[in-house]
Amino acid sequence: MLRFVALRLARALATVIAVMTFAFVVLRLSGDPAQVMLGPDVPQEAVEAFRRSWGLDAPLWQQYLAYLGAIFRGDFGVSMRDHSPALALVLERVPATLQLTIPALILKLGLGIPAGVYAALHRDSLIDRGVILLAVAGFTIPSFVLGLVLVLIFAVTLGVLPSGGSGTWVHGILPTLTISIGGIGVLARFSRSAMIEVMGQPYIRTAAAKGVKWRNVVRGHALPNAAVPIVTLVGFMVGSLIAGAVVVETIFSWPGIGRLLIVSVSNRDLAVVQCILLLIAAAMVVSNLVVDLLYGALDPRLRAQPAT
Amino acid sequence: MSRPPLLEARDLVRIYRSRRGLTGAVTEVRAVDEVSLKLRAGETLGIVGESGSGKSTLGRMLLGLDPAQGGTVLFEGMALPRFGTPIWRRLRARMQMVWQDPLSALDRRLTVAAQIREPLDIHRIGTPEERPARTASLMTAVGLRADQGGRYPHELSGGQRQRVVIARALATNPALLVCDEPVSALDVSIQAQVVNLLRDLQGQKGLGMVFISHDLKVVRNLADRVAVMYLGRIVEEGPAEQIFAEPRHPYTQALVSSIPVPGRPLDARILLQGEPPNPAARPAGCAFHPRCPLAQGLCRTRVPALRVPEPGRAVACHVTAGAQSPVAA
Amino acid sequence: MDRLVEIRDLRVAFDGVPVLHGIDLDVAPGEALGLVGESGCGKSVTWLAALGLLPAKARVTGSVRLGAGELVGAPRETLETVRGKRIAMIFQDPSSALNPVIRVGKQICEALRLHRDLRGAAAKAEAIRLMEMVGIPDAPRRFDLYTHEFSGGQCQRLMIAMALAGRPDLLIADEPTTALDATIQAQILELLARLRRETGMATVFISHDLGAVAQVCERVCVMYAGRIVEAGPVERLFAHPRHPYTRGLFDAIPQMSGPRRRLVPIPGTVPDPRALPPGCAFAPRCTRAHDACSRTRPDLLAQPDGRTLACAYPVPEARHDSFSTERAMT
Repeated sequence: MLRFVALRLARALATVIAVMTFAFVVLRLSGDPAQVMLGPDVPQEAVEAFRRSWGLDAPLWQQYLAYLGAIFRGDFGVSMRDHSPALALVLERVPATLQLTIPALILKLGLGIPAGVYAALHRDSLIDRGVILLAVAGFTIPSFVLGLVLVLIFAVTLGVLPSGGSGTWVHGILPTLTISIGGIGVLARFSRSAMIEVMGQPYIRTAAAKGVKWRNVVRGHALPNAAVPIVTLVGFMVGSLIAGAVVVETIFSWPGIGRLLIVSVSNRDLAVVQCILLLIAAAMVVSNLVVDLLYGALDPRLRAQPAT
Repeated sequence: MSRPPLLEARDLVRIYRSRRGLTGAVTEVRAVDEVSLKLRAGETLGIVGESGSGKSTLGRMLLGLDPAQGGTVLFEGMALPRFGTPIWRRLRARMQMVWQDPLSALDRRLTVAAQIREPLDIHRIGTPEERPARTASLMTAVGLRADQGGRYPHELSGGQRQRVVIARALATNPALLVCDEPVSALDVSIQAQVVNLLRDLQGQKGLGMVFISHDLKVVRNLADRVAVMYLGRIVEEGPAEQIFAEPRHPYTQALVSSIPVPGRPLDARILLQGEPPNPAARPAGCAFHPRCPLAQGLCRTRVPALRVPEPGRAVACHVTAGAQSPVAA
Repeated sequence: MDRLVEIRDLRVAFDGVPVLHGIDLDVAPGEALGLVGESGCGKSVTWLAALGLLPAKARVTGSVRLGAGELVGAPRETLETVRGKRIAMIFQDPSSALNPVIRVGKQICEALRLHRDLRGAAAKAEAIRLMEMVGIPDAPRRFDLYTHEFSGGQCQRLMIAMALAGRPDLLIADEPTTALDATIQAQILELLARLRRETGMATVFISHDLGAVAQVCERVCVMYAGRIVEAGPVERLFAHPRHPYTRGLFDAIPQMSGPRRRLVPIPGTVPDPRALPPGCAFAPRCTRAHDACSRTRPDLLAQPDGRTLACAYPVPEARHDSFSTERAMT
C-alpha cells in the first residue's frame, strides 16, 4: 500500500513538473513580455533594461533552472504588472471562481446522477427518452453559446437576472447554470449507461432471486457497482473546479481565476500565468490521486493485496 | 529414421510474468513447462486438461503465435521462424487454427463467402477467376449451402459459424490444424455434426490435427493419441483408447472417472479433493501431489519425469509409472 | 401425488415471440427433477418466469401454484417473499453471479436476515456454518473475503450456501456445473446430492448434460423448442428413450467406453422461435417423421409405463420390438 501511494505521488509530481515545463517553454517562445508590457514605442535601451531586470536576457535553460529553484523554495515570482506576489494575486481570485464552480458541481451531481439512474431503471420509458434528449442537448451546446442564450432569455427578454458582473448571489445564477448544464448532461448519460450495464449483470439477478426487495437490489447491489465508473467522471469534474470557468467568467465578467488567466496571458505576465497553470495542474493531479484511492475503497478487485 | 514428424515440440517453456494486485511482487507463472510432443501427418493428437493446465497456451505456441522462452518447435523438420516474419507468414498458410468462439473469430461486416475467400487472396492461391469456385467447394466440404455464402456471421447459428471458420482454415490447404475447444460452445446435437466434419475432413485431406479440449468424451472420439496436461506439464501420454480405458496417472484416472455417465452411480467415482491448482502457486515436487490420493514423500519434493512403462505410453508419476521404466526422450 | 409446485399451461413470450408454449409440470416435495434440452429450449425460462425474474418485456401467462398461492401475476412483494425463502435458485456462472463489491459473508447474511430474521453475531455464526456445510475450508477467515478471491467451484459452493440460507423447499439449479472444470463438476454434483439427502429439499436440476442429470435426478423432463416432449423416471427414460429427440441427444454424445464409432448428430438446427415449423417442432430434424408430423402437433400423453410422451411415431419400446417392426416394414 505504501509503495502504491509513493508510486502515485511520484507520478503526480512528474505530471505537475511536465505541465510547468511545457507552460514555461511555450510562454517564452510565444511572445516577448517586454514588448507587450512596455508598448511598441519604447526605446531599445528600456526594453533591454526590462529584460535584464526580469532575467529574460539569460539563456532559456538558465531561466528555467532559476524558475524551478524558486518554485521549490516556495517563491512563485511577482507580477510584471504591479510587482505584487503572483501567488497572492492568484489565490485572491480562487474564492470567486469556487463561488461558481462548487454550486455548479453540486447541481451536476444532484441532478445528473439521479436522472441517469432513474432513466436506466425505467429504460425505454418516456422519461428515459426525455433524459437522453436533454442530456445530449446539454453537453453538445458549447458553453459560450449556452451562456449567451441564457443571457438573451433571462436578462434581455425577461429582465429578471443580471447579464454580468458580480457582487450578489443573483449575479452568480446564470454563470452557475451555464457551467452546470453540460456537466449534468454528461453525468446523466454516463450514469445511465453505467447503471444499465450493472443491472444486466448476473449478480443482480442473484440478488433478486434470493428475495432482496427491488429498492434494495438497486441501492445495495447495483449502485455500489455503478459507482466505480461514475467516480472517475466526478473526479475529473472536481479536478476542473479551478479551471472549469474560464469561458463563462469571461462571458459574465466574473472576477475569478479564468478572467485573471485571460488577462495575464494577453499581457504575457509570465509569473501569474505560470502560477495559475501550476494551480490547475495540481488540482487535476490531486483529484486523480483521490479517485485512484477511492477505486480501491469501492472495488475490492482493484485493491492492492498480498498474495494469498 | 526416414521422414521427420509433421510437428515436433521440444522442451517448450512459456513463462508469464504478472503482478498480483497493484503493489504485489512480480510472480512468474510457468504456463507451459518443458513440454515435448510429436505429431505425424494424418494423425490427431488430443490435448486435455482443466483450466490453468496451459493447453491453450501450448496450442498457440505450436503455431508460433505465442513465443517460447525455451525449447523449439519444428514443422516438417524445420525450426519455426519467428512470429510475424515473412517466412512465418508464408508457413502460416500451412498451419491453421480454429478457436472456441467462432463469432469473435469472424468479421461481422463481411459475408461468409468473402471471409472464406480471404486467405486465398492473401496467399495468392489460384487465379482470381478460380477463387469463387474454390470458395464454393470449400463451403460444400464443410456442409454449408451455397446460398449461405451471402449471409453475415450473426445471421448463422453457432454450428454454422464454426463451419465457416473451419472452411476458412482449410482454404489454404494446410498440413496442420490446431483446434482449441472448437465444439465447446455448441449444443450436443450440433457438436456431433462438427466433430464428424473434422474427422471426415481429416480423413480426406490427411491433415495432422492437434485437438485441445476439456471434453474427454469428444477427445476420445476424435484423437489417435492423447496428452494429459496438469499445471503446464504433460503428465500422461498415449493412444487414446488405452488412456481412457486404463489411465495410469492418478490425475488422468480422476479426470476419466469424473465424466458423468448415465447409469453409473455418483459414488462410484474418484472424487478429487481440493481446488483446481493455481498456476501462480505451483506446489513443489509433483504439482498434483496435494490432490493426489496416492502421494508419497518423494512426490512432495521431486518432479517426476515422463517415463515409459510400456511402448507408446508415457507417464509422469513416481508411484504408478515405476522408477525402473526408461525415461521418455 | 402430493405437490409442492404445480405449473399449468405456462407460456412466455418476448416482444410478442412465444418461447414457452404451455408447460405442465409438477414438483413433489423432496423430489429431484431434471430438466434437459439444448440452449433456447425454455428450460431456464420456465423457472425464471415462475419466480418473476424475467425482464419486463416478457409476457407470462398460465399458472404456477406454490401451495395455495399463485405466482403468475402476483405482485412483486409476494414474489419477494417466495424467492430465496420457498424457492431458491443458483445459476450457471458462479463467479459473476455473486456481487463483486460485497464481502461473501455479508451476501449470505443478507439472505439470513431476509428469511430467518438473523442479525449480527447470530447471522455470522449461521453463515459460517453454511459455508462449512457446503465445503468451504477455513470458513471463519474467508467470511470477509470477496468473490474474486475464490475459485469458480468455491463460488458455486457459496451460491449454494446462500441458497440454503432461507431453508427453501425447492432449489432450482440452473446449469450449476457447466462453467466448471470436470473434477470440480463432480464435486458440486456430489454436494448437491448430499444436501438433498440431508435437508430433504426438492431440487430441479437444469442441465444439457444428460450424464449429470442421470446421476442426481429421479425424474427427468426433456424439452424442445419451448415444450416438454418426454418425461418420466430417469432409469426408464434413459435406458429406453422413446422420443426421437431424446434418442438423438443420447446418440450424439460420444461414448466413453466401447469401440469408437462415428457420432450420430441430429441434423439441422434448433428452429428459430419466430419461425417455428407447423406441427411437431422437431419434425424437420426427425428421422422418424411422417408427413402428418409437419401438420399436426402431437399432445403430451401419458404412456402405460409411467412416462409422458409427445410423439406420433416414437422409438419402439424395447429393442426386440424395434427389430421386429423394422423387419415388418421392409
